[in-house]
Amino acid sequence: MAQFNLNVNGKTQQVDVDPSTPLLWVLRDHLDLVGTKFGCGIAQCGACTIHLNGTAVRSCQLPVSAAEGAQITTIEGLSENGDHPVQQAWMEHDVPQCGYCQAGQIMTAAALLQQNPNPSDEEIENAMNGNICRCGTYLRIKAAVKTASQKL
Amino acid sequence: MTKVNTKLDRRSFLKVSALAGGGMMLSFSWLAGCKPTVEEELGLPKEWFELNSYIKIGENGAVTLYSPNPEFGSNVKTSMPMILAEELDTDWKNVWVEQADFYPERFDRQFTGGSQGIRMGWTPLRTAGATARAMLVAAAAQNWNVPANEITTSAGILEHKASGKKANYGEMASLAATLEVPEEVELKDINDFKIIGHSKKNVDGQKIVSGKPLFAIDHKVEGMKYAAIVHPPAFGMRLKSFDKSSVMGMSGIQDVFPVNVFKDDYVQNFFDTTTFPEIIAIVGNSTWEVMQAKKNLVAEWEKAPETKIAMAGFGGNSMEVTVPAGLENSSSHKSRMAEFLKKPGTVVRKDGDPEGMFKKAAKVIERTYSAPFLAHNTMEPMNCFADVKGDRAVIYGPTQAPEFIMGTISSSLGIPRENIQINLARMGGGFGRRAYSHHMVEAALISQKIQAPVKMVYSREDDMSAGVYRPTYSATYRAALDENNNLLALHVKAGGIPESPLHANRFPAGALDHYMAESWDIPSNITIGAFRAPRSNFIAGAEQSFLDELAEEMGKDPIDFRLELLKRAETDPVGSNNDYDPKRYAGVLQLVKEKSNWSQAQSNVHRGVSAYFCHNSYVAEVVDTVIKDNKPVVESVYAAVDCGIVVNPDAAANMGEGAIVDGIGNAFFGELAFNNGAPTKTNFDTYRMIRQKESPKKIEVHFVESTENPTGLGEPLFPPVFAALANSLYKATGKRYYEQPFAPQLEMENLRM
Repeated sequence: MAQFNLNVNGKTQQVDVDPSTPLLWVLRDHLDLVGTKFGCGIAQCGACTIHLNGTAVRSCQLPVSAAEGAQITTIEGLSENGDHPVQQAWMEHDVPQCGYCQAGQIMTAAALLQQNPNPSDEEIENAMNGNICRCGTYLRIKAAVKTASQKL
Repeated sequence: MTKVNTKLDRRSFLKVSALAGGGMMLSFSWLAGCKPTVEEELGLPKEWFELNSYIKIGENGAVTLYSPNPEFGSNVKTSMPMILAEELDTDWKNVWVEQADFYPERFDRQFTGGSQGIRMGWTPLRTAGATARAMLVAAAAQNWNVPANEITTSAGILEHKASGKKANYGEMASLAATLEVPEEVELKDINDFKIIGHSKKNVDGQKIVSGKPLFAIDHKVEGMKYAAIVHPPAFGMRLKSFDKSSVMGMSGIQDVFPVNVFKDDYVQNFFDTTTFPEIIAIVGNSTWEVMQAKKNLVAEWEKAPETKIAMAGFGGNSMEVTVPAGLENSSSHKSRMAEFLKKPGTVVRKDGDPEGMFKKAAKVIERTYSAPFLAHNTMEPMNCFADVKGDRAVIYGPTQAPEFIMGTISSSLGIPRENIQINLARMGGGFGRRAYSHHMVEAALISQKIQAPVKMVYSREDDMSAGVYRPTYSATYRAALDENNNLLALHVKAGGIPESPLHANRFPAGALDHYMAESWDIPSNITIGAFRAPRSNFIAGAEQSFLDELAEEMGKDPIDFRLELLKRAETDPVGSNNDYDPKRYAGVLQLVKEKSNWSQAQSNVHRGVSAYFCHNSYVAEVVDTVIKDNKPVVESVYAAVDCGIVVNPDAAANMGEGAIVDGIGNAFFGELAFNNGAPTKTNFDTYRMIRQKESPKKIEVHFVESTENPTGLGEPLFPPVFAALANSLYKATGKRYYEQPFAPQLEMENLRM
């Protein structure tokens, strides 16, 4: 066990956990930020995507020890009122079915648009390819990313 | 207007206060409620007045509607309340929706599966809405001293035009709640619908996009422990022993113990399917700690002998089901299935003289199709929260079928049903997998043992290797043609491990004078269960691929060929027990022909068509593929659907799109194989799922305009896409695709997948 000071969604929080603990489980079990989801545990599905210093990363493969000192943003902190342009676009296109993967999809999309505000179809497909949606909402996801890019 | 008797649904109209448990139980959490719109919202009322189990109205006119069925992504949590709101005649923007928990004494059929939620809920929900409306009208009539039949309603407002009196529902709710439930109510004319047929956004949308806790896996209470499970590494194996000391010293680990899912004398039901009735539970302080301990646990496994399970049958009898011993392999599955090419099956339908026709045929075409086992792979792995203390239990978990597991939980815990509360979580996907809720029993037993609340979570590897799969299937189709290429007879022989996919009385049965269907199955210890459109999800692909090849052989357009057969089934059906309506079947083919511009083929676009009937609905689909950079790309999919009245059109299209993507993904990539009883894939690094890049570039879902009552929607768009894709790939590559998944064969064509 060791203590870590984490900057999550603009707040500094202290946790006492094993240094190997993936950030995913620190967020979910210790900080009660359960919007970030567990899907595969091996960085293959994207359900656990968060931003680390603005870059989309898989929190299931990121040991908490590597996250100290970085700006961590989760779905809960993407916007204050759930109204980030990507979140709004997701509502407009009524994207979710079961909804489980969508936080990860939104975090990936938001990071993409931060770096590339006007992505082509191919760039969207490439950026979103690491996020599995078992319900198959891919077309709406792509449409929502485009809508958000026009609003940014 | 239709008059319906409310008696059938009377239990739904009992006042909550009259039931054991009291009103506080009705809502698991007020915070779980959902507000569909933010503009012009009515605040929380001071008091709620309950008109029946589904509906309560506040003094300010705010309406809470309970969505009875578990939500796994088919959006019933929006569409079922839409049906209530329509007949209640309220304004959708004043509606709050809450997920009902499991209360069989208050709600009808709290089951999500078989695409039956809206179909079976249609009349009960309309009746519940209309009954509440009638009680509000009666209250206004009493209050204003005017005849009830002179009062009109609109968008939550009662009005008596002659006297100029007007009130919102909230003003009459307290009186209405005290009135007798009418014996008979009138339902709206469907032409007067204002909510049904008009797209409404997902009531949980805002919560989903902002990451609010909605799923059982998100649940946490004070003092809650975390649990992981360890199950045998292969089908046909069981626990021999384990070494507790291998993990007991580890950080955060509290206890390790075996869990026996069923009591010895328990008679299982059909949905009690579980692969490993004995597992090991590890309990500790956090998910990561119990998952670390899982890796360290030293356990010995042994081969399981053949076992007999007592299974509840029809009429209260129980029957014995045998689970064979042995460690099975995909290679032996294939060879055992291939034996049925020569062996007869059981004849399940025979019209005319098919054998005679095959003898005199000038040409016989025979093709065999197959598909592997599939894992459901819901994005949210199996998990469950349970809090069992003494003789009381609260279970909060992802389940499609609480009724089917309640008795199991009660038996396994030794706690009477009335002391067990099952609360319904939004599910991160279901696809049939969560109709089997052994995970709830496991969590309950773990909590009972430690007498504390616990959240049990499967790893992805546990989830993918725990069974309850889509079976592997094979089907051989034969057609007899005369010297002029006229179709004389059709023969299908189909089976699987461990069940047959055959629906003997579906099309093309009924359209052919000489037809035979044979069925077979091979027992196995690999557990199976419902998977989106069970059986149809395979047989549709086989049948519709064969019809495509047959049409080509006969020199006919594939849509025209199907329409000819359907015309025959309509005008002069063969046999009397055909379970489809040929006219509606033909209707979707005609619609897809029009919408896809079938007659105007584009160069370099390769088209395939398919149509299927299941879950009471008709679907035809056209898939267009192109070869781009040596890679097959699904450019467009057109679907035509006849599912009767469509309650929530945009959400219905969304689900149709998803079913099409799901089908294309499984057709290209879906496969679970076995080596010495162990699944060869246990996570998404090897189990390939369809992703954004392989998704079609465009999908159009067109609904037949209909005044028929709604039928199934979650499943029917899934089965036909397998053949529409295969037929399109044939046009693109010149090769037929008989064996799923298609990707390995496409790679053999030097295409990139």
